[in-house]
Amino acid sequence: MNGIHDCGGMDGLGPIDREIDEPVFHNDWERKMFGVFILTIVGGLFNDDEFRQSRERLEPVKYLQFSYYRQWLLAVQRLLVEKDVLSMEEIEERMKDLAKEDG
Amino acid sequence: MAESDGSGDADGDAALRVNAIVSLLVDKGLVDMEALDGIVQAYETKIGPHNGAKVVARAWSDPDYKNRLLENSNAAIAELGFAGAQGENMVVVENTPEVHNLVVCTLCSCYPWPVLGLPPTWYKSPPYRARVVRDPRGVLREFGVELEEHVKVQVWDSNSEIRFMVLPEQPSGTEGMNEADLAALVSRDSMIGTAKVIVPE
Repeated sequence: MNGIHDCGGMDGLGPIDREIDEPVFHNDWERKMFGVFILTIVGGLFNDDEFRQSRERLEPVKYLQFSYYRQWLLAVQRLLVEKDVLSMEEIEERMKDLAKEDG
Repeated sequence: MAESDGSGDADGDAALRVNAIVSLLVDKGLVDMEALDGIVQAYETKIGPHNGAKVVARAWSDPDYKNRLLENSNAAIAELGFAGAQGENMVVVENTPEVHNLVVCTLCSCYPWPVLGLPPTWYKSPPYRARVVRDPRGVLREFGVELEEHVKVQVWDSNSEIRFMVLPEQPSGTEGMNEADLAALVSRDSMIGTAKVIVPE
């Protein structure tokens, strides 16, 4: 696929930002995102190639700006919806319920 | 733009969305939370660059092991008990006084998890991926590594099949040290190729 992900040799992408002593996961949602990715891929809901391609299908601006695990989230969400495992309606509704619980 | 989920504006509603997806998958019996926690724990504590450091220390200490490592990296790495997801096809490349190797995945973030754990954000981000294949010496300079002019630089582009790990040069003065002490010198970055192994003062 000819997308923004194919960035080897590209100019103008900015400085290499290194976080000193970066933790494996920055917060709990990153942890959950990694864990759910492994479980869903091992569970056969989608495969590695489909996942990479789903990430590659992200809009270029999101690909360049969104944090890594946020990109994973959107890539996995798209696959789960495309494969009828979950619907966007269910996801949005559950988000509303959870937001209410948190107050 | 969502703002009330407490995850911080930078990631929008990511935390809420992940929680929603996970909780729905748990409801449908597709995800088990204990299993999820186990996986997270494995990659936060067990699977990390300390594994690769052991491989390097063994290669430095045992010339036959080093030959096996370069000849058939998978088998040699598995000898030390490291194998599994994202390390199914390993190629170890050796740094020498004449050749310096660097590893990248220009297309995404392929990385040898069993020996190095999960990659740092800079490795996965477009700036490194774009520039290291074009100006590796410049990138090395930013990482604090200055190579002599005669040194040949090789950049290895990982992909969904092959994962690379650098066998860094053993620093002089460490001959005869035990493997545990050698392993303690080996940084994660030295196995990506963006650092050399140095002996602290």
